[in-house]
Amino acid sequence: MAEMSTNGQTPEVLFWVGCAGSFDERYKAVTQAFVKILNKVGVSFAVLGPEEACTGDPARRAGNEFLFQMQAVANIQVMNGYEVKKVVTACPHCFNTIKNEYPALGGNYDVIHHSQFLQQLINEGKVTLKGGGEFKGKKITFHDSCYLGRANSVYEAPREVIKALDVELVEMKRCKTKGLCCGAGGAQMFKEPEPGKKDINIERTEEALATGASTIAVGCPFCLTMMTDGVKNQNREADVKVYDLAEMIAKDMGI
Amino acid sequence: MSILPQLAFVLILGIAGYILSKRIKFLRRNILLGKAETRNDQSESRWKTMMLVAFGQQKMFKRIVPAFLHLLIYVGFLVINLEVLEFILDGIIGSHRLFAPVLGGLYTTAINMFEFLAVAVLVSCVAFLIRRNVMKVERFTKPELKGWPAMDANLILVIEIILMFAILTMNATDQILANREDGHYLALGTLFFSSMLMPIFEGMSDGALVFTERFAWWFHIVGILAFAIYVTYSKHLHIFLAFPNTWYSNLKAKGEMINMPEVTNEVNMMLGIPVETSSDVSAEIGRFGAKDVNDLSWINVLNAYSCTECGRCTAECPANLTGKKLSPRKIMMDVRDRVEEVGKSIDAGGAGFEDGKSLLGDYITKEEINACTSCNACVEACPVNIDPLAIILQMRRYVAMEESGTPAQWNAMFQNMETSFSPWKFSPSDRFNWAEKVKEEEMM
Repeated sequence: MAEMSTNGQTPEVLFWVGCAGSFDERYKAVTQAFVKILNKVGVSFAVLGPEEACTGDPARRAGNEFLFQMQAVANIQVMNGYEVKKVVTACPHCFNTIKNEYPALGGNYDVIHHSQFLQQLINEGKVTLKGGGEFKGKKITFHDSCYLGRANSVYEAPREVIKALDVELVEMKRCKTKGLCCGAGGAQMFKEPEPGKKDINIERTEEALATGASTIAVGCPFCLTMMTDGVKNQNREADVKVYDLAEMIAKDMGI
Repeated sequence: MSILPQLAFVLILGIAGYILSKRIKFLRRNILLGKAETRNDQSESRWKTMMLVAFGQQKMFKRIVPAFLHLLIYVGFLVINLEVLEFILDGIIGSHRLFAPVLGGLYTTAINMFEFLAVAVLVSCVAFLIRRNVMKVERFTKPELKGWPAMDANLILVIEIILMFAILTMNATDQILANREDGHYLALGTLFFSSMLMPIFEGMSDGALVFTERFAWWFHIVGILAFAIYVTYSKHLHIFLAFPNTWYSNLKAKGEMINMPEVTNEVNMMLGIPVETSSDVSAEIGRFGAKDVNDLSWINVLNAYSCTECGRCTAECPANLTGKKLSPRKIMMDVRDRVEEVGKSIDAGGAGFEDGKSLLGDYITKEEINACTSCNACVEACPVNIDPLAIILQMRRYVAMEESGTPAQWNAMFQNMETSFSPWKFSPSDRFNWAEKVKEEEMM
């Protein structure tokens, strides 16, 4: 972003990478896949790079409002400084926070999730799918992330993206408004669960595996981690893969 | 005819009205022990939400069997109460079936409809008793329902069954007397359901029939008045509060957490941003977050009084499903129990909030609130739009900001965020490293 700004360029959209997108070894592949799609399509975009800080979502959900607002206000200063108008992000937690919570602190942007962005690219014909890739005809189930689904009522965009791949989309019993959490929301990602009889991600993975799907599609970095761990726990990592939507589209596009 | 029954009726009505008004004042005051919050924007969507969710029972229909049974009781309640109007007028004036001569054939149709609904309510209540006590539907067997809440639920169902029997008995005996050309009683033509009960009473003398008919009449009307008072002590308040509760629904995106402007001021000062002296930040900052019910918004307390303990929230809660202590229903029940305790104490001139107890700690533990994934499943599941999550998150704010009592792993996450602007301990300068691989590939 800084580079474009010094050259006097204004990108169409800011890609908010998020902490998992920047640092998580597995999830960096999702960032890379999404950026490759954007480059291929020729979308004018920028990232904040080292100027980006955590949105503050986990701090706020864990109760630390001071820390959340410190992060948020600093991020808003940076984004307002670059006169950012539109933001796309692959993380539903970042999406929810920037879209719904930054306005109260002076950050007003048009924020969309990458599933919506990909759907738009597909609908506009900018992304053309071969439909013959490794997913063709395969059974795929989509795990709704809470912060995309119930929190923001985005249920159809990710499903439209999956259907564009010419696959068989199978739903879990608990889906859409009734979708079961992966167990990582509300800052649970950053601590051990409270004592109980089972881990939430195992419960959810069992449900996903029961559909007979060979791929579990997700649209959230935390869900990706939780579901991947769940599949490993069930010793199914050889025949069941967990992918983010952007990875699936990039694979199909052969990039 | 003696005027005594009329006097007795007016007296009973007066006493019931007095007790009810005292109870309503108590509940209203308790709800307003919560903090002030203005939520009356978008009135058009609010009315629409209330009509759909409360009046139209939209969210009940996610579970079709209980929804159907509940609908019968609900319609029965609304419609049969029309007859109560006649009961009250008869009671005051000393008339008998005041509307019958006025409405003619229509009256018989109406009574037949009431009888149909009475039977429908009766059958539904029996079905609900079976679901609770024989089938033991899982959400009705959770620990928070042990004791009074389970008893309360069964009592309501049993009272409704008895009240419906009273109506049918009254109509049956009434019509036997009418057929015997008593003169005072009016023949209404065929009453489908109560006529089935007639054989039971056919052999009785006129006197015994009059006694039974009068007893059933008094039992029904006094029963309804007593039930109205009982409701104010019971989880059954949802029959009234569902309406205001849905009107005051959160209409924003469920994922949004409410901002704390008092914190924004301090953060702006720390970051050297000019602070606007805005009027919405009150001069006296109380506590950060919620430790007790008076730290919550009055809407949170209204939510608690509107809860009928159906447990759909708990049945959908991922933490509860996997054996954690958290139960969103218990959160709501605890808020109500605590505000009742404080309200009673204040009225008795006691310590009120200064009784050495608090919602967090004495009713709700940290283990419970820490288990929440903030997934909004409970909020989505509630048939009357109660928001347990808002309460949980306010308590987390108290624990983090007033007690610094969050779990150690969260404190470590806070530290990472403070020092490296990420919940994980990575150097901020490495944020763009992922791009190297993309660059390499695109060079090729």
